[in-house]
Amino acid sequence: MEKYIGKSVLKGIAVGRIYWYQKQDYRIVKTPVSDTDAELGRFKQAVETAQVQLSNLYDEAVVNVGEDHAMIFDIHRMMLEDDDYLEAINSEIKDGTNAEYAVEMAQNQFAELFASMDDEYMKARAADIKDISQRVIRILMGVAEDGIPTDEPVILVADDLTPSETIKMDKNKILAFVTLRGSSNSHTAILARSMNLPALVNTGMKPVEEWNGKVGVVDGFNGEFLVDPGEELLDEMIQRKNQWVADLEALEQLRGKENVTGDGRRVEIYANIGNVSDAEAALQADAGGIGLFRSEFLYLGRDSFPTEEEQYASYKAVLEKMEGRKVIIRTLDIGADKKVDYFNLDEEENPALGYRAIRICLERPEIFITQLRAIYRASAYGKAAIMFPMIVSVAEVRRIKEIVEQVKTDLQTMGYSLGEVELGIMVETPAAALISEELAKEVDFFSIGTNDLTQYTLAVDRQNQKLESTCDTHHPAVLKLIEMTVNNAHKAGIWAGICGELAADTDLTETFLDMGVDELSVSASAILKVRKAVRDIASN
Amino acid sequence: MKEFQYVIQDPIGLHARPAGLLVKQAGAFQSKVTVSSGGKSADARKLIMLMSLGIKQGMEVSCQIEGEDEEAAAEALEKFFRENL
Repeated sequence: MEKYIGKSVLKGIAVGRIYWYQKQDYRIVKTPVSDTDAELGRFKQAVETAQVQLSNLYDEAVVNVGEDHAMIFDIHRMMLEDDDYLEAINSEIKDGTNAEYAVEMAQNQFAELFASMDDEYMKARAADIKDISQRVIRILMGVAEDGIPTDEPVILVADDLTPSETIKMDKNKILAFVTLRGSSNSHTAILARSMNLPALVNTGMKPVEEWNGKVGVVDGFNGEFLVDPGEELLDEMIQRKNQWVADLEALEQLRGKENVTGDGRRVEIYANIGNVSDAEAALQADAGGIGLFRSEFLYLGRDSFPTEEEQYASYKAVLEKMEGRKVIIRTLDIGADKKVDYFNLDEEENPALGYRAIRICLERPEIFITQLRAIYRASAYGKAAIMFPMIVSVAEVRRIKEIVEQVKTDLQTMGYSLGEVELGIMVETPAAALISEELAKEVDFFSIGTNDLTQYTLAVDRQNQKLESTCDTHHPAVLKLIEMTVNNAHKAGIWAGICGELAADTDLTETFLDMGVDELSVSASAILKVRKAVRDIASN
Repeated sequence: MKEFQYVIQDPIGLHARPAGLLVKQAGAFQSKVTVSSGGKSADARKLIMLMSLGIKQGMEVSCQIEGEDEEAAAEALEKFFRENL
């Protein structure tokens, strides 16, 4: 047996025969052409044929993977209309070169242009240039597109796949993708996700001819690709695969269903997101709203503060995407443990107990006000809510509310129309849980951040691997604080949710519902799993 | 000649989709449209060069329009940037 490790794109398992997809070697040679006009005509004809193929592919892709993913073929069509690209080829042909060779030269030149850019997204566009060029070359040479020759579905092993190769593959014939190269941003990865097929990318392995027809296993849970596993291991993997498929089918049945227990209790299940594009995944995963929109992505990986306009554009994009579903934005949660140079934060002995989150915002209100203005301006486009992290006192909350009132007044004076925005706090310190009765009178909701609450309650550093066994997330002290917080919320007539990792822990779903928790916010991929746990609770 | 400046708001910058739409928009006018940013410039009708400018969120873009219908083109393009980028 051989075993390879790759980056898993989708947690799933596939078992089947391996097919090594090798691109045909066209062997393009430079041959002199005397009738350049005829050659130019031949090239023009090939481009026209390619355009027709691409619009057919686009139509096909809209049906198979949706308009967003299909857009790439429209972009390919436009690239094939690009003057610079066409001109580079035409002028080479005019110099007496055959069309195939001229296209290949332009391909290399323009692919290099993108490959040398310092932006990951743009680097990946080199694949698009290769894709359109290869299409034209195939047409010129009269070669058909590669397909899968067998009738039996296979595990497709390839160097890397272009978007049109991926979409052209007959879905019924593919069990999984394994590529040598590629990233989790590659088209193969994106399409594998939308097709719900297990896929490993960047495995770095060297396939050999003998693999063809051998039995392989793709284990997306562990990121492993097994070639020719023994009978025993194969049986085990088949069982795991069947279990995965059965679980998946059972969960799919729950799409669009309500989050309601056997005895009629309801809970909201929202998604945690970390950037604008996560909102799409949240919608696809059937989230009722966004329970935690981490705003840090706006501040990280850059060298100056994001402007009000930049932030506004991001919040507005998510609010519009969620079409009226609630979106709870958490204000800046940055501290000495996250390296953001332009904040000019001092090194700290103990960043988790240090100058972070709301503590920075209240001392440097200019940062805070910019963020609040952006959120309030965006609030006109959906149902926004704001929550503040790391609260320990009533005084902090009152100070926040003063600043918020000032921001609202300023914006209204400037003529902006604002939406209704609920204000809440994160309960993630034992202090906040213990004074939740007082805090509840000040805000519209609580969201319990169980990761920090656990670390502060048990005095256990989450990053310290030696303490993993001490870090008991089901510790009765943590659960008591959660219950106390929920009870105090309800006493004051406000709602309480949980947005930490514990929210997705289905061993606790019933406990949380018994406590009366109103909302659970989990990663998009856990939504249906938690819904199932809720629906499995029978009447008691 | 008409000219306007715009700071890109779109979180992923001038990526393939809006670049493609910009090419279509610029192609609807007779005027020559040049997009400049970060010391480089490109003809707005040329998708590949436009994308290769690598324009990201927060970067300022300058758009120059020259030709018979420059008034109308400038107005339409400025609207396009505001709505799509």
